[in-house]
Amino acid sequence: MRLFINKIFLALSVFSALIGLAFLGWILITLFIKGLGSFHFNLFLNDLIEGGLRNLIIGQFILAGLASLIGIPIGMTAGIYIQEYGRGKYAALIRDLSDIMMSAPSIVIGAFVYAIIVVPTGGTSGYAGAIALAIMMIPVVINTTDNMLSLVPRELREAGIALGASKYRVILDIVIKAAKVGIMTGILLAFARIIGETAPLLFTSETSNYFSLNLSESFPSLTVSIYDLANEPEESSRDLAWAASFILTVMVLIINLTGRFITRNKK
Amino acid sequence: MAVMKIKKFSFTYPGVDHPSLKNITLPIEQNKITALIGPSGCGKSTLLRSMNRIHDLYPGNKYDGKIELLDLETGKYNNILEIKKENEFIKLRQQVGMIFQKPTPFPMSIFDNVAYGLRIAGIKNRSELQDRVETALKGSALWKEVHDRLDRSAMGLSGGQQQRLCIARAVAVKPEVLLFDEPTSALDPISTGAIEELIVELKKDVSIAIVTHNMQQASRISDYTAFMYLGDLIEYDKTENIFLNPKEQQTEDYITGRFG
Repeated sequence: MRLFINKIFLALSVFSALIGLAFLGWILITLFIKGLGSFHFNLFLNDLIEGGLRNLIIGQFILAGLASLIGIPIGMTAGIYIQEYGRGKYAALIRDLSDIMMSAPSIVIGAFVYAIIVVPTGGTSGYAGAIALAIMMIPVVINTTDNMLSLVPRELREAGIALGASKYRVILDIVIKAAKVGIMTGILLAFARIIGETAPLLFTSETSNYFSLNLSESFPSLTVSIYDLANEPEESSRDLAWAASFILTVMVLIINLTGRFITRNKK
Repeated sequence: MAVMKIKKFSFTYPGVDHPSLKNITLPIEQNKITALIGPSGCGKSTLLRSMNRIHDLYPGNKYDGKIELLDLETGKYNNILEIKKENEFIKLRQQVGMIFQKPTPFPMSIFDNVAYGLRIAGIKNRSELQDRVETALKGSALWKEVHDRLDRSAMGLSGGQQQRLCIARAVAVKPEVLLFDEPTSALDPISTGAIEELIVELKKDVSIAIVTHNMQQASRISDYTAFMYLGDLIEYDKTENIFLNPKEQQTEDYITGRFG
């Protein structure tokens, strides 16, 4: 009887796993077929106004890059505080808040940034978009830093202190180095996550058909443009959306795999 | 002469009513090895960790009594329990080094590991650093094995080598006292033998206190032995007296394996 239940349970889990994988495969195959059909290398050379995606891809990276410049230092510092300095209630409170922030719907973050930045400054801008993405990123970086530092053995910190180093030097010289690979991987995965976000950008940076490096006005974004293009009536626009989705997926996939590759190789 | 005098010392962990150490009085003799033995939970590690105040990494501990450390430069004894300032702590830890149970190499090169404490102490001159690192590694019997790969990561060394590296790192800053907290309990017998030889060799230059679970180890290497039980110091004497002719019944019971 127990063997029988065992077999049923095994069959059920295999079945469920297959369903999950089937949908994932389906998405990837659809993307591949539809996206590759309209894919062309000229997409990387022309801007959206000329039927290409160049400005959007560059814009998306600039937004995510700027968000990382804001989000990584804040997130890491907060993570270090929680793990190394915070004791008792405050650290626990920040940790909880960060966890809640991590599960905040991205559209809510977009709306929040719209209210506190876009409205007062009088218009959408690349800065607003980057800030929205940074807000998405911060809790992920906090969480990674916190977790990775907690894996560093206590003795390593004590050994540093026992040599006469002060606490901040032990953290900077030893603890962070020991957790470096884990933190870097976490940051890379956080980056992969925000680069594919649409909702936080939808009414903060919007998008632009033209190449732009001016972050104080509407800024080209691949994801927002996919959203716009998919709603256009013309067939050609929707094909372009498929191609853009395909490129975005490949980019995210590469970043994700790089993150995993680093972890596996430098454990 | 005693390099450290522990006087009527009691220690209480935060959030606990009863002290973990009660009224301990014990000298650490200069250029001798003092072993602290006793069953688990007797407080020997707690006592050792008071001698460089590494306890203070976690706030809320309560110290009573005195731990006096001889300052070799001035010849005066200072009570280390009165230390409050950061720079005094740094000086204390340069005077009193510590080796842990598990090897604790830092995630950096072998050279940088040994140079770490020296750099903290403010030595920047490249050739002086090289000299001190070489001397420390030779003193820890590791030089022959690593002299051609000083720039490689210390994480690639074996457990025994890592422990000798940690000893080199502690010796490099020329401490007066070295504290060993069960330094061989994570090592194989051959590495253990090497570390024991090294500790005996080191007593020319430093005074040593060692916590060990291994009574053969205590009898092999130490000059003095303190037997502790449930936070009390039961007996302290020359090692041969403790092992051959203990005065207290509890000591004899523990030595002969009747409890513990």
